[in-house]
Formats: sequence, structure tokens, C-alpha cells
Amino acid sequence: MTPAARRALIAVLIVLIVAWVLAPLVLIALASLTGRSQLYAWPRPLLPAPWSLETMRFFFRAQDVLRSTRDSLSIAGLTILLSVLIGAPAGYALSRFHFPGKEGFRMAILISRMFPATVLAVPLAVMFINWGLYDTLLGVALVHTALALPFAIIIITSVFEGVPFELEEAAMTLGCSRLRAFSRIALPIALPGLAAAAIFTFVLSWNEVFAATILTVRNRTLPALVMSAVGGLGSGAPLDYRFAAGFFMVIPALIIILIIRRYLLTLWGITVR
Amino acid sequence: MRSVRRLIRPSGRASRIEQPATTGGDRNGLPHLHMSVDERVEAEVRRARIDWLPYALLLPTILFLIAFFLYPMVQTITFSLRDPGGGFTLRHFQALVADNYFAEALRNSFLLTAIVIPLQLVVALAIALLVNTRFRGHAWFLYICAIPLGISDLAAGLIWLSIFTERGYLNAFLQRVGLVQQPITFLTFERPLWLYGAIVTTEVWRATAIVMVILVAGLQLIPKDYFETADVFGATGWRKLRHVTLPLLRPTIQTALIIRTILAFQLFATVITMAGRIVPVLAGEVFFQYQVYRNPQLATAYAVMLTAISMAITGLYLWLLRTRAGELGRG
Repeated sequence: MTPAARRALIAVLIVLIVAWVLAPLVLIALASLTGRSQLYAWPRPLLPAPWSLETMRFFFRAQDVLRSTRDSLSIAGLTILLSVLIGAPAGYALSRFHFPGKEGFRMAILISRMFPATVLAVPLAVMFINWGLYDTLLGVALVHTALALPFAIIIITSVFEGVPFELEEAAMTLGCSRLRAFSRIALPIALPGLAAAAIFTFVLSWNEVFAATILTVRNRTLPALVMSAVGGLGSGAPLDYRFAAGFFMVIPALIIILIIRRYLLTLWGITVR
Repeated sequence: MRSVRRLIRPSGRASRIEQPATTGGDRNGLPHLHMSVDERVEAEVRRARIDWLPYALLLPTILFLIAFFLYPMVQTITFSLRDPGGGFTLRHFQALVADNYFAEALRNSFLLTAIVIPLQLVVALAIALLVNTRFRGHAWFLYICAIPLGISDLAAGLIWLSIFTERGYLNAFLQRVGLVQQPITFLTFERPLWLYGAIVTTEVWRATAIVMVILVAGLQLIPKDYFETADVFGATGWRKLRHVTLPLLRPTIQTALIIRTILAFQLFATVITMAGRIVPVLAGEVFFQYQVYRNPQLATAYAVMLTAISMAITGLYLWLLRTRAGELGRG
């Protein structure tokens, strides 16, 4: 193959793959900006004619949507707080110390990130009923923290590995305590990376469907609310509700992946060996 | 010498020092020849002083994961093996096997995984190799391909529903180009192939990103020398891929396959949004049994089944893809 043909092939592949990823996102955006009568019309127009906010408005006015959005945000915030408070010390320890059991701990973290909510949700529901945490924001946040913590620790470890320990040592020789050296030197440098960990935690919590559905009844998160609207045994919610819900849930993903794209490789790149 | 040791060590530890398992010299009571007495004492002092700080820092994580991860995992298993009186029973698993949806759910979960994962691996590898050519704009290409990482299975299902549903974009497009007059109902039990196709398409679209990101990271770990050497010996694109890149990427591919397979068995929201319960899958049955039929025992039995399958498959991958000695040298 000549270099020119090779370049052309690569260009075609790139265009095809970009189209494959982006086309469904464009289509759901179009569907969410099409009025209900058009969505059910035949022949079905490809572009909204006219453009309309009716579908989005219908979704936001549907019962519990705004409240569950607010709950989802609170739970995500709580999950971030718990994950960073619990995970940051662990990440710092893994990046700074050599100690017996370190590899075992690292392995346990890598393995635990592979077991998602399906396995945990049902027994947790039973536990939470006993503890009075069932159907509460805190209960869902605790489960989301259990799911997010391994990821948070992995990313926080790599963030602190990028902050030279020599800086902290220098501060300590100048009379700082270990804690002060950490809080005045290492922490400020690590802050952007910690923010990325927080944002990733947000995505995980915002998207989590299974545990949230099983652990709540009235205080549904947004995905749990949508799931129960479309996933019952009946025919469920109308198309405009579904499309608007799909589009609304995707918007944060677009922004957030953009913000943390530098950390994507760190997050998943550490291989299990 | 011994009294010095006693002074600096807690006495409870002394017995361990007197029979170290290291070298023959020690066992005979002779000091290390290459160390002075002072050095030896110093080394033992250093070993004796355990730094508790890292353990203290890990403690919150360990406690949290025990309470909200390990304990519920153990609970899942005991719950599925306990009868109302508290005794041991297999009847929840007998109920599981007898469940109307079990055989079909098991088959669908395996079949969908077996179709989706090879497709994802091929697409992800293609994207990773493209990113690795470092063309201008590859960082943006990587970002676009990574977008689905942030999209939930539920949202992805709804997105593709807007395409495959009866009044969806696929029918609209087919009508526009004159292939159909009336809309076709794709997502119905009468068209199982379309249902499968829609689910597979959605899963490949949504979850290829995670495989891709793992592979891109893995490719970056391969030292450039290997490719340069291959160039020197005149290896061309395909041979380089087959004999250099893929063997070196084996551990990464293994990781990606394990993670993706375990996640593939958790598949449920995509299927439910597209096919309801027409295509039952294992994780979906956990949801239906718990949420709709209020049968936590059966739901748990399904969850344990899922975990067992995930673990078995992880073991299988580790065994199949183990790096055989000397293999890398043969490339």
C-alpha cells in the first residue's frame, strides 16, 4: 500500500468511526427538540418541523422529574464527598509509602472495581431496611461510594504519584509537620487531579440505575425514576418522555468526559497483572 | 549481642529473631559475614519499627469496603442458601432452575456476550491503533470515541430506541429513500433477530469505549524500540500487528476482556428499554424478581449465579491468555 492510499484509508476510517459515535447523539437531540405530534406522525420527518421545546417541557413537568433530578445531584454530591474523604488518604498512602500488604491491597482494589451493583443491591436492601437507610439519599450514596471508591483510589494514587515527594520533604526540613507539608504543598498541587476524580465519581453516581432502583421507593434518583417509568411490565411512558429523558441524562456526560479526558487513560489504563 | 537485641526489640519478637529463615550463617548462630555487628543491629531496628501511618490512612477504605462491599457479597451468598428457619437449603437454586425465564435468560446472557465482545474488541483495537498513529487531531478523536464512557446503559437504550422504534429514525430514513411505505415494527417478539441486532448495536456503541481506553493505555506501555526493530527487519503493517503489537498487547487485552465480560453479564437497562422482557437476561431477572415480583430470594439466587459466572469466566481468560514462556521471542 502506498503511503497516500494508507493515509486515505485512515482518514475514511476516522470519519466513519466519528460518525458512528456522534450520529445517535445528534438524533436523540433532534428527537428531543421535536414536538409530540411529529414524533408519532407518519411519514416521520427527519428534522423537527418546527423546532419545539414541547417534548423537553413535557418531561420536566412530568411527576417527580425535577425532584428526582435534585435528589440525583444531592446523592452525587454526597458520593463525591465520601469517596474523596475516604479515598484520598488511601491514594496518598499508596503513592508515598512502601509497606507490607501494599500489593495485596492494590489487587483487592483492582478486583473490587469489577463487581458492579447487581451483586450488592439485594442484600444491601435487606440491610438498609434494618438500619433505616432504605429509600434514603444517604443509603444510595453509600452504595454509590462503594462502587466509586476503587476508581477514586486508583485515580488519586496516580495524581499523588505525579506530585514529587521532594517538595514535601523540603517543606519538612524547613520545619513543617508532615500534615502541614501535605496540606500546604502536596494538596494544592494535586487539587486538579482530585477534581477529576470527583467528576468521575459524579458520572458513576449520576448514571447508576440498578442499585438506585432497588434501594428506593419514593425517593427515586433520576435514572431510577426513568427506569421504573419505562421498565415496568406495562407499555409505560410515551416516546416523548423517553427521548427527552435519554437526552437529558446524556448532557452531563458530554461535558464531563471533555473535562476529565486527560485522566481517562489513567482511570482504566492500569492493567491487572 | 543478644542482650543488645533484647533491649531494642519487644521481647515477644525475640524468638523470631533467633531463627531467621534467611541464610545458613544465621541458622548456625554466626553473624552475617558481609555486615558489621552495628549494621546488623541497625537493620533490625529498622525492621522492627513498623510505620503505622500508611495503614492508618488505608483504614477508612478497608472498613468502608468491608461494610458495604465484602459484607453484602457474603450476605448475598448466605441469603441464597438459607431457608426461613435459618437452616441450609438449596431450594432457592432449585426454584431458580425451575423458573420459567431462567434457561432463556442464561442463554441470552451468554449469547449476547459472545456476540458483543468480539465486535467490541475489533472496533476498540481499530480505534486504539488509529489513535496510536498520532495523526493531527488524535486527541479529539480519542475524546469523541470516549464519550459513551459517560453514558449509562439506560440512556444508551433510550437513544437507540429513537432509531429502532416503530416511528423511529430508521423507519423514517427507509421511507425517505423509498424502501418502505408503512413503518416496520422492528422491536417485537416476531422479529427476534432485529431485537438481538438492536441490543448488540447499542451495546457495541455504548461499551466499546471502555475496551478502547484500556487498549490505548496498553499500547502506550509498549516501548517504541520494538516497532523500530520490526521496521529495520522490514516488517510491514499486517505482520507488525500480528507478530509485534498483538503479542505485546496480550496482558492488556486480557484485562479488557475480563472487565468487559463481567460488565456484559450485568447488562439489563439496554435490554429492558428495547425489548422489555421479550429477551430476558440474567441481570434483568434480578431486577424483575426483586422489583416487580417481590421475590428477594429468587433475585438473590440470580445474583449469585451472575457472580459465579463472572468469576468462572475471569478464571478462564486468565488461563487461556497466560503468556507462554518464550513466546514473545518467537515473533
